[in-house]
Amino acid sequence: MNKEKQIMPEQKPEERIKNFDEVSLGFSSDMAVLEAQRCLQCKNSPCVQGCPVNVNIPAFISKIRDEKFLDAYGIIKGTNSLPAVCGRVCPQESQCEERCVLRNKFGSVSIGKLERFVADHERNTENVLEIRDTEKTGKRVAVVGSGPAGLTAAGELISMGHDVTVFEALHSPGGVLVYGIPEFRLPKDIVHYEIDALVRAGVEIVTNRVIGISESLDDLLEKYDAVFIGTGAGLPSFLNIPGENLQGVYSANEYLTRINLMKAYMFPEYDTPVIRGRRVTVLGGGNVAMDSARTALRLGSEEVHLVYRRSMEEMPARTEEIHHAEEEGVIFDLLANPVEFLGDENGHLKSVRCIRMQLGAPDDSGRRRPTEVEGSEFEIETDVAIVAVGNGPNPIVQRSTPGMETSRRGNIVVDGRTMRTSKKGVFAGGDIVSGAATVIEAMGAGRNAASSIDEYLKTGQW
Amino acid sequence: MHLIRYNEIVAERVGMMIVEAPYVAEHRKAGQFIILIIDEFGERVPFTIADADSKEGTITIYYQIVGKSTDKLSTLKAGDFIKDIAGPLGHATEIKKYGTVLCIGGGIGMAPLYPIAEAMKSAGNRLLGVLGSRNSSLLILEDPFKKICDEFLLFTDDGSAGEKGFVTHGLEQFSSGGKIDLVVAIGPVPMMKAVSDMTKVTGIPTLVSLNSIMVDGTGMCGGCRVTVGGKTLFTCVDGPEFDAHEVDFDELMMRHKTYRKEEAESHELHRHKCRLDGMI
Repeated sequence: MNKEKQIMPEQKPEERIKNFDEVSLGFSSDMAVLEAQRCLQCKNSPCVQGCPVNVNIPAFISKIRDEKFLDAYGIIKGTNSLPAVCGRVCPQESQCEERCVLRNKFGSVSIGKLERFVADHERNTENVLEIRDTEKTGKRVAVVGSGPAGLTAAGELISMGHDVTVFEALHSPGGVLVYGIPEFRLPKDIVHYEIDALVRAGVEIVTNRVIGISESLDDLLEKYDAVFIGTGAGLPSFLNIPGENLQGVYSANEYLTRINLMKAYMFPEYDTPVIRGRRVTVLGGGNVAMDSARTALRLGSEEVHLVYRRSMEEMPARTEEIHHAEEEGVIFDLLANPVEFLGDENGHLKSVRCIRMQLGAPDDSGRRRPTEVEGSEFEIETDVAIVAVGNGPNPIVQRSTPGMETSRRGNIVVDGRTMRTSKKGVFAGGDIVSGAATVIEAMGAGRNAASSIDEYLKTGQW
Repeated sequence: MHLIRYNEIVAERVGMMIVEAPYVAEHRKAGQFIILIIDEFGERVPFTIADADSKEGTITIYYQIVGKSTDKLSTLKAGDFIKDIAGPLGHATEIKKYGTVLCIGGGIGMAPLYPIAEAMKSAGNRLLGVLGSRNSSLLILEDPFKKICDEFLLFTDDGSAGEKGFVTHGLEQFSSGGKIDLVVAIGPVPMMKAVSDMTKVTGIPTLVSLNSIMVDGTGMCGGCRVTVGGKTLFTCVDGPEFDAHEVDFDELMMRHKTYRKEEAESHELHRHKCRLDGMI
């Protein structure tokens, strides 16, 4: 057995902070085969149980070992419609790779990187997207939202023979994959490739359409036999501390949307501006916080701080993202919490006042609860602050739809198996149901919903 | 892609565009807005829908030439295209019979105000109108507005049209003339603030429509946040209309200045490039 874990080549930190190109450069075929040879092909495949969509991991890895890369692609595609995306953004270390039996002694097989290799190989060299000729059912399904949940549901439904129309509020489909996740982590060409594939398969995508404002869900139900809602967690949470509306304080959604979707990093060639702070402070410890901090560095900021109220151990971001952020020079201010934004006489942000925290007894989430250290306040001088403390469910569809059951937090309530909402003919899945989670979990929900929609369309039974 | 049917300068640095957007034309209600992206480099810019023709499938917007995007908009001709139009967005105005409704428009604010005034009139309200601008060359929609108003007053800062003075003088005159059940004021933020300060004292319910800086317009980014009654709300999905007496206008004015530096830089570069290209 080849025990040596293959290391994926990356752009050097000092180079990559000057560009928006992808950080990880991908395995070569030889590296992929060597890495695949590390897999023990366990009979009980613990890795598969760690995958929210149960990709047949040993099977696709065995095909890589035999250099049958397209066969490997076919196996992954059977249960995962966006392998090039998942290979890049899934938290494998807490899913498939966490359960790999090699993990403790030799390091897990790099399942995510292999998945990415296979998908990139298909896209770059073979490009043989099959279009299955399925018999049309004559049923029409509307999908609201074109993020991971909606795209997955659309892909499944079209392959089942239903007509599918996807409604997207923005001018470009992809949801968080295009507005949220930066180019250097997920190149937009990959997302566009996947969406083109859906369009070629017959999915109709209508952009610039906000369901719940321009038209109601009930309007859609008059024109479609079923509706899937995958509107995501797109409602930015703020800190609700003084000074939060000063010029220079952004929600991570706004900051990242300006840069990723609107290409403000190429201002003034592109028209959308963003404040390029000399000193930038990011508040939060998740993947979105890492994305924001690393984006700020690439915009030329001299000093980027990341303020998180607990310690490194509790940080919710993926290990790889934290590692990349550290390598690139993000300064971590751990065990600190913002209490106030301070501005100058013109309303420009000047600094953020924080207080030191200490960890006490574990709270409901099992993580140690942070409490303030009295009298420990300090200021970080900053021109731009980015609030990345999470997102709530997008409320637009729910609040314009009478009879739609929602949770106390505003998420749509569904039956966990069928993904049915309280409204006949309407299904929901992804972050709008679960609260902010991962791309792959949203895809799993979209997939489940699609099969449940198919069943409903066939039987008419609710 | 959306075909431009008409695009002309109709007042000093104010353009009017009629553009094809059949879906918006069919679904829009008074008070709602669109977000427009001119071309692949364009930003997402909100414009209130001033008029729509569902048969023709067109909408009408007015724009004041203040920066690069509106400058670019003004150089387009009938027959050119707009890349994207999203909408209708935002809450529609609550149109019903209030009794006497006073509509106050300042400058370009007349464009969003006009369809609201029209709908208020159709709902059976007695309609009072006040229109104001810095001078006569900036006036838009004066004639149609005047026509639907039961009583109408016009003011310019320099007296070049109507009476010399501000819209607040019109508010004073109408207030002393009888009961007003609702004031709708749309215009520059200082104007809306001045109207709101006066009606707060006299206790007349007042609506204002805010033109915050926006990006997505769907409640996703929070860039258009505004403090209303001490709470943070989003202009795009909670507005654009709010109870004037609860709005923190000073904060709104401060937030409007966010990209002053970047916009000046981008606009200057654009004008320089256009001069080189011989476009202006």
